[in-house]
Amino acid sequence: MVKISEYPEEEFILPGTRLCAGCGLQLAYRWALKAFGHDTIVTLPASCSVVAGGVGGYSPLKIPAVYDCFETGASTASGLAGALKAKGREKTKTVVAWVGDGGTYDIGLQALSAAAERGDDFVYICANNQAYMNTGIQRSSASPYGARTTTTPILGKKEISKNMLKIMDAHGLSYMATASAAYPQDLFEKCQKAKEMQGQGVRYIEILCSCPPGWGYGVENSVKMARLAVETGYWPLWERIHGRITLSKAGSKFIDPEKRKPITDFLTPQVRFKHLKQDAISVWENYIAGVWKEIQKELDETNQ
Amino acid sequence: MTPRNEQYERWIAQKILAARQTTTIGEAGKTGTWRTIRPVLIPEKCLVVKSGKPTCHKCWLYCPEATVSRSIPPVFDYDYCKGCGICATECPTEAIQMVPEKEAPSCAETIANAGGNADA
Repeated sequence: MVKISEYPEEEFILPGTRLCAGCGLQLAYRWALKAFGHDTIVTLPASCSVVAGGVGGYSPLKIPAVYDCFETGASTASGLAGALKAKGREKTKTVVAWVGDGGTYDIGLQALSAAAERGDDFVYICANNQAYMNTGIQRSSASPYGARTTTTPILGKKEISKNMLKIMDAHGLSYMATASAAYPQDLFEKCQKAKEMQGQGVRYIEILCSCPPGWGYGVENSVKMARLAVETGYWPLWERIHGRITLSKAGSKFIDPEKRKPITDFLTPQVRFKHLKQDAISVWENYIAGVWKEIQKELDETNQ
Repeated sequence: MTPRNEQYERWIAQKILAARQTTTIGEAGKTGTWRTIRPVLIPEKCLVVKSGKPTCHKCWLYCPEATVSRSIPPVFDYDYCKGCGICATECPTEAIQMVPEKEAPSCAETIANAGGNADA
């Protein structure tokens, strides 16, 4: 394990941004940019990350950023990667598409799927905060079962979230990983790995980012909430290199159901799940059991 | 047909299509003014101060705003710290305490301090 003093001290997103206090997205953004370093171009479709980019003539970002339309996160990255290749500079720069869950799961899905099929050379990061937080907490297809949003205000969402990781896996990507804002070192390593696999098509990383106003908890518990999602088994941390899955060190022990915390630890502190009854909690428990069953099956297949 | 004004077109392209941004600290102003509670370090409890080595630094690791320095002892940038309290929650030895900010001076006091007359 790398010592904390060995991580780069240079910040690529400077203090004093427009994001909320205790933003999980900003923490993930800060660490991902640290991993990608200076020679990076970021493309950001409409999301909270654009708010972080600043308005007017000033920006806290130290690297070049392209702001584009909601559905074009992956297509802009394709264009940037293509332009770099045409100029013969594809080895010197990394193109990163930093897209929210709405821009990945709903609006930008066809652009991402097309780019993954073409094998364009960029890193695609889905910063998943489980709703359209930037526009006022509307339901997205990444919102989990039972979550109250402004468009599902009384009973909460009645559907289980889309299995985006399985959709992306079906494209046969060279590198896929899940990460959490509560494990910055793990996130840093995964981003570095994705950067090193240059020239091997789209590399997809999905980060669970906690959101204090959207999830409804005190700002001081932002990291704690993102960590509870991993500790209760809801958000497994793994990476898949050329189809071979490995559990990340930070979250590997939660494959054992007895080491997991009860899911109510994650659900009850959040306002969006306050109304959930026992039958809804059993839906969650079944969901988590299903997620780990699939991972176990895949692990068994790769170990054979 | 009017002749194309190339200089004007280039000016429009630079102005609208390729907006230039300057990198700066504090893009949203002094975000420290958002704060209602401020983090204060208790050096006797801090692992980094006690050991004198850069071992723990969880506050630097988890600060979303990057306002905690990775020095011995850790120093907070009160100009931009938004006062979320993640550092205090994540500190393993509870060496960071969230202290309420002093009550903000009223409008009249601010004007009086600046040498003006509030009644005028």
